[in-house]
Amino acid sequence: MIAIIDYNAGNITSVARALAALGRDFIITDDTKLLDSATHVIFPGVGAAGEAMDYLRKKELDAWLKSCYHTGKPIMGICLGTQIILNASEENDTQCIGLVSGLTKRFPEQWDAEGARLKIPHMGWNGISLRREHPVFAGLNTASEYYFVHSYYPAPSDKSAVLATTDYGITFCSAIAMKNLVAVQFHPEKSGRPGLQILKNFCDWRGNE
Amino acid sequence: MLSKRIIPCLDVRAGKLTKGVKFQGNVDIGDPVAAAREYYEQGADEIVFYDITASSDKRDIMIDVVRRVAETIFIPFSVGGGIRTLDDMRKVIAAGAEKVSVNSAAVENPQIIAQGAKAFGSQCVVLGMDVKKVDVSRQIPSGYEIVIEGGRKYTGIDALWWAKEGQCLGAGEICLNSIDADGMQDGYEVHLTSLISESVQIPVIASGGAGKPEHLADVLTTGKADAALIASMVHYRTYTISQIKDYLNRRNIQTRMLW
Repeated sequence: MIAIIDYNAGNITSVARALAALGRDFIITDDTKLLDSATHVIFPGVGAAGEAMDYLRKKELDAWLKSCYHTGKPIMGICLGTQIILNASEENDTQCIGLVSGLTKRFPEQWDAEGARLKIPHMGWNGISLRREHPVFAGLNTASEYYFVHSYYPAPSDKSAVLATTDYGITFCSAIAMKNLVAVQFHPEKSGRPGLQILKNFCDWRGNE
Repeated sequence: MLSKRIIPCLDVRAGKLTKGVKFQGNVDIGDPVAAAREYYEQGADEIVFYDITASSDKRDIMIDVVRRVAETIFIPFSVGGGIRTLDDMRKVIAAGAEKVSVNSAAVENPQIIAQGAKAFGSQCVVLGMDVKKVDVSRQIPSGYEIVIEGGRKYTGIDALWWAKEGQCLGAGEICLNSIDADGMQDGYEVHLTSLISESVQIPVIASGGAGKPEHLADVLTTGKADAALIASMVHYRTYTISQIKDYLNRRNIQTRMLW
């Protein structure tokens, strides 16, 4: 049973529909007892860091996620769920969960080759460069693209936590992997077949590299 | 680097896929759910649904269409047309849309943009702008005026000013539709598109006038658009999305080629 953490984040139903299409059993819950009973945990998210953290603290889900990480259970962060597992976010100067050391930063103003200012949010399809192999990214074509929509990006301080990077004016971390945790900045649930493949791989993953 | 997006636009009337010219003479041409699935399979980067149902009592049919589409396609899709309140937005998002496009309602009540952005995030709120070319005047210095109610009502609002205002209010994207070009298959309004795209920092989707792959190449380069909406050229099966992408790729315009 896969558990999707319910904390009023925007894309929960999209993640649920993708799991349904993959034929996986899942629950959507904020009840830590039910979360404890799940084999895998998905921590999705769309929205603002501040409001998300307020809700997670109120439900004590921030502390639960940290303890869950230490049990070795596979955890996947998506978008905002990835950003708020770092120590803090520049979005409204928010203190975050601190499962991964580092900061979530706002895209700097950058110009493209023709001198036009890059648009923020970074919205649309972009590629990723994997730094190493990982079971959750097995069987994917290296030229596949994924759907991004964000104005902030995760910057882990431990570079070994960076699983993949993406270029958008700067080269930023688009996937994190640490033991039983994978966290992606893009939306696998909205990235067509390659995205569904990542979700499928995660559901089959035992949490080791 | 970020790819340019190719986005089929499906006008839906009372649950049926339809297409008109310059917003008029619409004929029904099929099932929107099946069409969305087909475009997803062909490599569409996103799907836009536009509800042009005239009678409000049939609007809930759209929610059902949105729900059925969300179950079968795994790319982003946005829904517009007749969205007037925060509650309307909540309904289509709950049914599975990623983005909501506000158009006439935003002109009449600009705060709907700010409210939507606060409730669902800026990435969720698309400002839909229907634009007609007019004489340059003190009131309309850009020579492009915002029209509402399906192109019937001139508002006296300058399109360039409104695009910047929409960004300030919290819109995450602009879908810029030229009514003069709509359904003509004679090319996008490239000048209007570059004018708006260079004046805002949020992505701009060009809409209206696509008939050949060259038209997309023009609006994505000279027009500085981040994405291009297409309708007739795929609805009438003149081209597939992958044919269009192949063409753009040969012209060194990066689009997503694997799906």
